[in-house]
Amino acid sequence: MQYTHHTRFLIGCLLALILLPWLFHATDSSYLVSTFTRLIIFAIAAVSLDLLIGYTGLVSFGHAAFLGVGAYTVGILSFHAYEETTFLGLPGTLSGLTAIPLAVLLSALVALIIGALSLRTKGVYFIMITLSFGQMLFFLFVSLEQYGGDDGMMMFDGRNTLPGLDLNDRVEFYYFCLTWFTLFFFFCTRLVRSKFGRTLAAIRQNEDRLSSIGINEYWAKLQIFVIAGIGAGLAGALSANHTEFISPDITHWTRSGDLMIVVILGGMGTLIGPVLGTFLFLLLEEFLPLILHSFGFDLLSEHWRFVFGPILILVVLYAKSGLYGMIFRKGG
Amino acid sequence: MAQLYFEQLLNGIQLGMFLFLVSAGLTLIFGFMNVINLAHGSLFMIGAYAIALFHGVTNSFLLALILSLPLVALCAWIIEVVIISRLYTRDHLDQVLATFALILFINEGTTILFGRTPMFLDVPPLLSGTISLFGVVSYPLYRVAIIGAGLAVAIFLWIIIAKTRLGMQIRAGTTNRETVEQLGVNISKLNTIIFVVGAMFAGFAGALAGPLTSVEVGMGENLLILCFVCIVIGGIGSIRGALLGAIIVGVVDTMGRAFVPDLLVKFLDPTYASGISAGLSSMSIYLLMVVVLVVKPTGLFPIIRS
Repeated sequence: MQYTHHTRFLIGCLLALILLPWLFHATDSSYLVSTFTRLIIFAIAAVSLDLLIGYTGLVSFGHAAFLGVGAYTVGILSFHAYEETTFLGLPGTLSGLTAIPLAVLLSALVALIIGALSLRTKGVYFIMITLSFGQMLFFLFVSLEQYGGDDGMMMFDGRNTLPGLDLNDRVEFYYFCLTWFTLFFFFCTRLVRSKFGRTLAAIRQNEDRLSSIGINEYWAKLQIFVIAGIGAGLAGALSANHTEFISPDITHWTRSGDLMIVVILGGMGTLIGPVLGTFLFLLLEEFLPLILHSFGFDLLSEHWRFVFGPILILVVLYAKSGLYGMIFRKGG
Repeated sequence: MAQLYFEQLLNGIQLGMFLFLVSAGLTLIFGFMNVINLAHGSLFMIGAYAIALFHGVTNSFLLALILSLPLVALCAWIIEVVIISRLYTRDHLDQVLATFALILFINEGTTILFGRTPMFLDVPPLLSGTISLFGVVSYPLYRVAIIGAGLAVAIFLWIIIAKTRLGMQIRAGTTNRETVEQLGVNISKLNTIIFVVGAMFAGFAGALAGPLTSVEVGMGENLLILCFVCIVIGGIGSIRGALLGAIIVGVVDTMGRAFVPDLLVKFLDPTYASGISAGLSSMSIYLLMVVVLVVKPTGLFPIIRS
């Protein structure tokens, strides 16, 4: 019964997202298209992290690493295309048909390596080792002085090119991201309902029992870790295209923290929750200062985190099922 | 060359002492209460701000240090009672998020109170100047004092944990909480004591760090992540492991920064070598941690829980 409930809600949301650019156009606030593009891209990463945290019980504190791999792949290729130089003997490119798949492929590869090593550990050690890998990639990107080091780099030639699509157009890029988001989201909903999804749930509930009935839980965890890495890598590649700017900040550990926040805020293990969480988090980030300002709390509007921190603590302590719980559990 | 080597080694040990002071509390809190406290670095920052504030008022480093510690303890007590005590029965994910949110709150609050401009402190006159060590190097007296303070805390902690009734309760509680509680030990009081004492070590480290670095918002977090590396390498919950981990991380980090650039210049284009070597030395400790965890997934001195 909940299934149909969800489906209706999802179709409604998707329709709203599809119609959004028209609405913004009609109300003369087209700049908001860019804000929502950012939300959708971040939501892809959040959904991918939910596969780990919510469905498998793997608390990965280094998920931003894959955002970085995706973004830097797109950025470095664009950089060499602009400079007309080569990278390890390969020419740069602005073609989205090369750059985006390559970004995803490299993210998968990095996730395979990080996962293979990290998944040997459990519990708090897993949290710490993923945090460490995130930090390693952060410092790796900082050290790439050719690509701007600390300051990062611009994509001077603009966004990736695709046949029949102009990504530099705000609205076309929005639909491009929305398409990827929808595909990834539905892939994930299929995945978590599959037999593999049940294996993941079993890992979350009782790992030892699973290995004693002959399922290789390490292999299953590695597979989902790579899939989640792919999602975040895709988000990274889109994010680089969106901002046309890539810097190590994208892999900063607080980014990984933000991703965890949106998953919890929305309700983990639900896929929809992290999307709602992303929307709430980023919209608060954008509009909470304005709201506080309009109520006359000028000091707080600059320091909105002072208000946001306690809200988040309350959510963690008292509203564990997050936004998802508020929307779906009360009614049914 | 040997002289430089020795000096860098001392710098590494001194950094290790800072890391140990912060890690000690972190590892006790984790070992005893099973809580990951990301906000532990904030207590380091509070210590640094407190000493800067009191130093401005009293103009005496020692007096400011004595005044800072109760303030840190007070903040820690409030944090423990209001938030951390609610996290003991929660899973690690909740703890990470709630304490992450606490960082946002404390950092932003500090910015409101003190602004974004970093504050600076002078080395106290009594400890300024250098001292000749073994007739080989002249080394800043203040840094020697820090190494001394770190060692003193290590010995103090060892005595408390190994020789006193409180230590016995802590050791027993780390191994099996329920049994200790059944035997009539007031666990929640013990939790508060451990949290506040651990926080005071971090605050003490922050106060000592005041004259060496700029006092600014966010100074705690970078150190905190290094401290996590220390306690993970050492085995979470073990003070001995924290000390060893802290010294290893301190020395590897300092040595990496000092000698990797010279090494790389021999192989690489100098324009890129500096950036890459900075990155490599920053990465080295994380690499170390990954190697330790892959070989021994629970660190070098894991504690035993029943």
